[in-house]
Amino acid sequence: MKLSTKKRPLYGLIAEFDNPDDLLAAAHRAHAEGYRRMDAFTPLPVEGLAEAVGFVSTRLPLVVLIGGLCGCIGGFLLQYYPNVMDYPLNIGGKPLDSWPAFIPVTFELTILGAALFAVFGMLAMNGLPTPYHPVFNAPRFELASRNRFFLCIKARDPRFDLEKTRQFMTGLKAREVSEVEV
Amino acid sequence: MEKSPNQITEDLLRPLLRTSPKYYFAVALLAAVVVVAFAAFGYQAYSGLGVSGLRRPVFWGFYITNFVFWIGISHAGTLISAILRLANATWRRPVTRCAEVITVFALSIGAMFPVIHLGRPWLAFWLIPYPSERQIWPNFRSPLVWDFFAINTYLIGSVAFLTLPILPDWALVRDKASGWRKRVYGFLSLGWRGTPRQWSRLESAMHIMAIVIIPVAVSVHTIVSWDFAMAPVPMWHSTIFGPYFVAGAIFSGIAALILAMACLRKFLHLEDYLKPLHFDNLGKLLLMMSLLWFYFVFAERLTTWYGNEPSEMAVFWTTQQGAYAPLFWTMVFCNFLLPFPILAIKRLRTITGTVIASTAVVAGMWLERFLIIVPSLSHKFLPYNWGTYRPTWVEITIMVGTFAGMALLYALFAKAVPIISIWELKLGLHEKSEVRSQETEGRGKLAFGGQEKLET
Repeated sequence: MKLSTKKRPLYGLIAEFDNPDDLLAAAHRAHAEGYRRMDAFTPLPVEGLAEAVGFVSTRLPLVVLIGGLCGCIGGFLLQYYPNVMDYPLNIGGKPLDSWPAFIPVTFELTILGAALFAVFGMLAMNGLPTPYHPVFNAPRFELASRNRFFLCIKARDPRFDLEKTRQFMTGLKAREVSEVEV
Repeated sequence: MEKSPNQITEDLLRPLLRTSPKYYFAVALLAAVVVVAFAAFGYQAYSGLGVSGLRRPVFWGFYITNFVFWIGISHAGTLISAILRLANATWRRPVTRCAEVITVFALSIGAMFPVIHLGRPWLAFWLIPYPSERQIWPNFRSPLVWDFFAINTYLIGSVAFLTLPILPDWALVRDKASGWRKRVYGFLSLGWRGTPRQWSRLESAMHIMAIVIIPVAVSVHTIVSWDFAMAPVPMWHSTIFGPYFVAGAIFSGIAALILAMACLRKFLHLEDYLKPLHFDNLGKLLLMMSLLWFYFVFAERLTTWYGNEPSEMAVFWTTQQGAYAPLFWTMVFCNFLLPFPILAIKRLRTITGTVIASTAVVAGMWLERFLIIVPSLSHKFLPYNWGTYRPTWVEITIMVGTFAGMALLYALFAKAVPIISIWELKLGLHEKSEVRSQETEGRGKLAFGGQEKLET
């Protein structure tokens, strides 16, 4: 295979696989080989792949909890402040701080806070929106959302060496190994 | 015969990439009806509520009936889909998105009705609590304000619940389409790449949303019921209203879902995806809700009758054998007497059978909402204040317009988004093949790869 003559920096090497099992096996082998900076691209979630590329667990639930608490406290204050502090108004002889009546709105805003933090937290932690990403330059990468499974070892990896890594990846049951430019 | 992953992509993207003239015709027709309804609303906003049939003593007529009805229909989606997701029912995969879409649109339509119902609809923003020059705040002790928060939370949550799993499907369309579609879907898919980290966070977010959306859905219709139950009006002032409304909402929601699925199956040729199995399973759910609904109606009637409060008995008898009796018994027929045998007998619980039952249930549940509102308001405590209600063409036009609007929004959505979640379907196939290959030691694996025929 001829090396690229252009002088653009390399993002990494990407290998294309036919099915999730080959990809998973390849990711495990790459990890055993000592590669750490790698990523996979699949059309469906593959069980065990996140662990194989070195992702332990998501902190999203914590973010959602914080969102829910913000909504809860904010929702209660939203009602407490106008009714008790800003414009105290006697309605039907009820106490100003008639908190049982504030529970429904507090509850709804708790959920709203949790939901918004879940969605925007997910997007932010996933780095979305990503208008440009080098892997989109990879040949046939449009199949990654359809029926092919890709594994990319990044050039940033300390063990990355163009020739050696390419040889390693070619021996992984990959259909094709290609370079990805930044 | 099971579909291959490529076949799934091809079948489910076909509606997005190819459009028949019939589709344009249908959309134009529906849009025309919606425009007429908007014109009727404009006429009412210009002339005042006097052009509607709302008169003393019945100030809640068709509009609030439709409000409660559409909010009820919206319980089809998010609630059913969230429960099926959490229960990990494997048959749910082709059904969830069709259902979630109903929620989003039915809720948007339902939430419009209180505004249509206002004498000065342009002041609807007064419900939003913000420091203003008016120096007054909404009354947070009123269920009408709770409604505002509950419905908007439910709407925002449902949109999120619907959109999260669409993201990978939009990425698929981006990679498959060309021209302007590629640019639009490239924008919508936000640069989704399907890395394990992204998948893991997406699934985690979907799981959390499924959990938090269920109590919201239940609270929404409970709060709608408090709009009634907290008022000292005969037959409204009842503790049964919360669960009664929620049960009715899920009941009509499942019926709406069955109708929507039948239409999709027919018009988008999804016979291989929305199978008799799905109609059978949803039919069983509908049967269960029909029994529950009947129990609630019976319990409500029994306690009223046994309590023997004169003002309540006036409403009771007018619905049992008075002016509203024909509507009442039609409701019982549509919601129980007709669907019960169809859904209970296995041989009749076919696609046609469930569609007939669901049509009856949707009509019956609309009548139920009407019969909760109008007889009570027209027979309040003192007979000098009794009256009647007759809708005018304005209300009828707006109501017809909302049904056309629902169909229109659904048709447009099915054109912009794969109406069945493609990646979840593939995941289901993959999981099934994993199990199978464990049983058969490696044979019968799902074949990814290969080429599709359809190009654009």
